Amino acid sequence: MADQATVSDREQRILGIIETARAKRPKFKDAQITMAHGAGGKATQTLIEGLFVPAFGSGALEAMGDAGAVSVDGARLALTTDSFVVKPIRFPGGSIGELAVNGTVNDLAMAGARPVALSLSLILEEGLPADDLRAEVEAIASAAAAAKVEIAAGDTKVVERGHADSMYICTTGVGHFDARAELAPSALRPGDRILVSGRIGDHGTAIMLARGEFELGAEIESDTRSLWPAADALLEAAGPSLRCMRDATRGGVASVLNELARASTAAIVVREGDVPIDPAVAGASEILGIDPMYVANEGKLVAFVAPDAADAALAALQAVPGCEDAAEIGEVKTEPPGMVLVETAFGGKRVMDQLVGDPLPRIC
Amino acid sequence: MRYVDEFRDPELGRALAGEILAAVEPGRHYKIMEVCGGHTHSIYKYGVDDLLPANVELVHGPGCPVCVMPMGRVDDGIAIAARPEVIFTCFGDMLRIPGSDGTLLDAKAEGADVRMVYSPLDALRIAKQNPDRDVVFFAIGFETTAPSTALTMRRARMEGVENFFCMCNHVTIVPPLRALLDSPDLRLDGFIGPGHVSTVVGARPFEFIPADYGKPLVVAGFEPLDLLQSIHMILRQLAEGRCEIENQYKRVVPYEGNLRALEVMSEVFELRPHFEWRGLGFISQSALKLSDAYADLDAERRYSVPGVRVADPKACQCGEVLKGVIKPWECKVFGTACTPEHAIGTCMVSPEGACAAYYNYGRFAREREVV
Repeated sequence: MADQATVSDREQRILGIIETARAKRPKFKDAQITMAHGAGGKATQTLIEGLFVPAFGSGALEAMGDAGAVSVDGARLALTTDSFVVKPIRFPGGSIGELAVNGTVNDLAMAGARPVALSLSLILEEGLPADDLRAEVEAIASAAAAAKVEIAAGDTKVVERGHADSMYICTTGVGHFDARAELAPSALRPGDRILVSGRIGDHGTAIMLARGEFELGAEIESDTRSLWPAADALLEAAGPSLRCMRDATRGGVASVLNELARASTAAIVVREGDVPIDPAVAGASEILGIDPMYVANEGKLVAFVAPDAADAALAALQAVPGCEDAAEIGEVKTEPPGMVLVETAFGGKRVMDQLVGDPLPRIC
Repeated sequence: MRYVDEFRDPELGRALAGEILAAVEPGRHYKIMEVCGGHTHSIYKYGVDDLLPANVELVHGPGCPVCVMPMGRVDDGIAIAARPEVIFTCFGDMLRIPGSDGTLLDAKAEGADVRMVYSPLDALRIAKQNPDRDVVFFAIGFETTAPSTALTMRRARMEGVENFFCMCNHVTIVPPLRALLDSPDLRLDGFIGPGHVSTVVGARPFEFIPADYGKPLVVAGFEPLDLLQSIHMILRQLAEGRCEIENQYKRVVPYEGNLRALEVMSEVFELRPHFEWRGLGFISQSALKLSDAYADLDAERRYSVPGVRVADPKACQCGEVLKGVIKPWECKVFGTACTPEHAIGTCMVSPEGACAAYYNYGRFAREREVV
């Protein structure tokens, strides 16, 4: 028995060492940038928390939201910026121009800010056909009109052939904080319900298939759209009971949930069987060996709502065009803090961890 | 999804879990090894281990082909990938496996042309599209993937593609199992046999396990119900004092294997005298190389590679973890020098390795035991 006790003491101590190491702010020690630093998982987090935040030391950055808050002569404005480097630039259901507007609009909307205006920077590759540029300009204009934002400033650079992949776009957005919003990742409380605004994984799967790397014939379209109408509906239905919203872009729903579990030190439990997913996306993921929970969306939000307002919030969400498949997928709990658990459709339970880098297909 | 959902039915899962509970002897601790990395993946994905009684423990075996790749081989691959004339192709999960100085992803960041492919045929297509470059396919996997490499090499030869080469790292499943079983400190009660490998080699090659070592083996499929049923079959054998090969995966695995696949493999490959396994050391006749008939397509013969053996770090105890002798946290470097971000041993390399899983989920597992 004495032996048993020492063994478990040692196990406890080692688990303790691991937890201390995990809770520490990560240090950025890599010798060079790899694709993993841009994939939205652990490496990206190390870059942000280990390099950017300490260097800039700004309170708005510390909050690690989708958009930062800036005060200008007493008015509180939301500010956000995003770059778009998607390949191919046109894909089923959308294009880079549409993404560039919606991506930035959505970062504002998730912070509870009504999108007002965008700036637009274009980096064009020498040799880009003028018709391709024209098509993207039209896509930008119509997405901006649909999201009711003004393109208020812009810039153009051209780089030599081979130095950019057709075109890159950077947009910066300014929004007006909505008076109904009291949102913070730290606001999650045990019992809060988790809503998702529709079927997950469409965008990432559509892009993978559009690259033509595998011969899979499935008609899957990107879900790119402005999420302000969904955010607006949630704010109206739940008001202060709406704790927090995130758009599940790079890294998918799993990454958003992990970020929030860490930020709030709550446990998040997801019921896999309740997560809405297009059967074609589920099939493609099955074949490619990828978990759709980690696949990017460009028009899906995850919302945390206090239990008293959850049903009303879900009903309001389902009434928004494009969010008909919205569903409640889980709940906030206390144990184990900072972790995301999945109750699998099969009836087991497992941890849904943060990604280390890009989701890589498995061979075996 | 038809033909898939039927094998993921939660009702049937609960019923099987009940039968498993009824089959175990209270007070006895069972250790069952799932040999194949694909099984480990399914176990995590569906939470199969969560449905087992606390005294049935699953031990993750040596059947993850990327985890067992020794650092020296990764270094050789990186040396080839770094050559300016080379387009280096491999499967996605190989990209993050560390050599002695970084991964293939790091080599890519330094300028090597490294491309992820889904099948060797994709690599051959890249070769045909880039006739002025050398395209090298870094072949990995057990007997599961070896036939597709073999067919691709045969096709390259038939089509006269002259710029396509293979760096062959295919390994075979029986020698490492024998090495594990020969170890005097082994603590295992039975094996979940590798379903995918068995579609090629059949169930016959595993007959020595019950015959010579007295451990039952059930060839299993990859859906959660397959796994539960196989575990139940092993426990039944133990309860009834039987010890034999059983085939749970009959819908796919013929007892004799796939003769056409074995034939093309024997044309394209031959056994290496010995091969190093990360965590297990050198195992004789445990890997394949291109046969003399395909020597001109062999990347190892075409390029000079360092070929340096990089020893597993001394402190690493992956071998003991694989044999079920120690738990991950009992290893001297676990959680300190060896972490998922900077893995030393094979069990920490893949997220499904026993040590990585324990590192990430240990606290959760501990809580479950208390419940």
